Amino acid sequence: MDFEAVIESLPRYGEPLLVTVGVTAASAALALVLAFALGLMTASRRLAVRAPARVFVEFFRGSSVVVQLFWFAYAMPVVLGVQFDHLIAAGVIALGLNYGAYCSEVVRGAIAAVPQGQLEASVALNLTPLQRMRLVVLPQAWPEMIPSLCAFAIMLLKASALVSVIGILDITWLAGLIGKQPGQDRLLHYAVVLVIYFVLAWLIWTGMRALERRAKRGLGVDARPAKGRLAPAVAAGGAR
Amino acid sequence: MQTGWSNATVREIFPAMWDGFLVVLQVTLVAGVIAVVLGLLVAVGERNGPAWLRRPLSGAFQFIRNTPLLVQVLIVWTATSLYVNPDWSAFAVGSAVLGVHYASYTSETYRAGIDAIPKGQWEAATALNLPTRRVWGAVVLPQMARRSAAAVGNWIIAMFKEVPTLFVIGVMEMIAEARAFQGQHYTGAVEGYTIAGLLFLAASYPVAVAMRRLEIRLAKSHY
Repeated sequence: MDFEAVIESLPRYGEPLLVTVGVTAASAALALVLAFALGLMTASRRLAVRAPARVFVEFFRGSSVVVQLFWFAYAMPVVLGVQFDHLIAAGVIALGLNYGAYCSEVVRGAIAAVPQGQLEASVALNLTPLQRMRLVVLPQAWPEMIPSLCAFAIMLLKASALVSVIGILDITWLAGLIGKQPGQDRLLHYAVVLVIYFVLAWLIWTGMRALERRAKRGLGVDARPAKGRLAPAVAAGGAR
Repeated sequence: MQTGWSNATVREIFPAMWDGFLVVLQVTLVAGVIAVVLGLLVAVGERNGPAWLRRPLSGAFQFIRNTPLLVQVLIVWTATSLYVNPDWSAFAVGSAVLGVHYASYTSETYRAGIDAIPKGQWEAATALNLPTRRVWGAVVLPQMARRSAAAVGNWIIAMFKEVPTLFVIGVMEMIAEARAFQGQHYTGAVEGYTIAGLLFLAASYPVAVAMRRLEIRLAKSHY
């Protein structure tokens, strides 16, 4: 095993690392916006609002993210007659829509868990529906969402490795490329990439815990987040 | 160059996609058994295994849980084909990696299920002087199974939908079949990937609904 060759090629990971982080961040942003939109829609009492959101969510949860990635990269351009200048857009759209659909369930669940009395009180205070959502419901639902959203953010980071198979130059792709060159050990490069992903996952987890603590303190609850384990907190019924 | 949907292509590509779908089911079965059994062993090992085993085991599975399946598949496939035995099939290696990856999730579910068992149950088992095997076999595991059944089922559904990742090492599931078809006929991207998505939807949605029902029923049966 040639450690020196691996260490010397480490700087080449810089730019692909930005791609991995960028794809994850962009699709997480898309997923978050979508999760709130779909979550509020599926929590609606009106069937005309609820039904389309429900169909969208079930559709994207039910068909595999890998298939969606290929569909957006290679089938959608044909169907719509558009060409992506950067295939990276297809990756971000596929990951964002898929994880948006999963996370909308988190949003819906957290909104449903806000005590009924809070809603009754806000009606009694004559708040408009918008004020009710903005001032009463969401501030209480948000801290409840964070652990689950954190688990999904880590899942999303891991899924972002998939964009390498549609030809986006992220760290997984680079490891495969350098690994084929003479004098390089492919196993070591994949191991380096695994460690990078693990560190990124740990960073997301640490950041989300800090966020959760702050959000809870904002409510006057000084509950420490559940004891530290880097694990999908939503394991029970998260990614079905 | 393909311009849009074509029913003729659908008729041509469907048998290949169906073969791919059957491969997905086979992988799910093999990897599912690994995930269910290994996950349980890991959960029990992390809790009651010998002290020297607990930390490395939990560390290893934490690492597996937080790194991408795709890279794990690639690294194991490279290792086995270069250093172990180049004759091992992609199907076997891919199923094993997928199973171990999902065992890292199911073990967390089992762990939560064991943690949720009231302390009194353990104390009663001790008071009755039950041997360790009976404590687990007759008291802990049956209660844990009811708490974790639906969640483990959900992980298996999630795993089913991640099988296409294995196309990178040449498992002939649906993505690989669609790509092979495109390589031969220069068409079929729209039809192939759409069929793949619809087959996944048709297979996973009813099971997901059944799991939700099971979850509600089991939640009611708790005391």
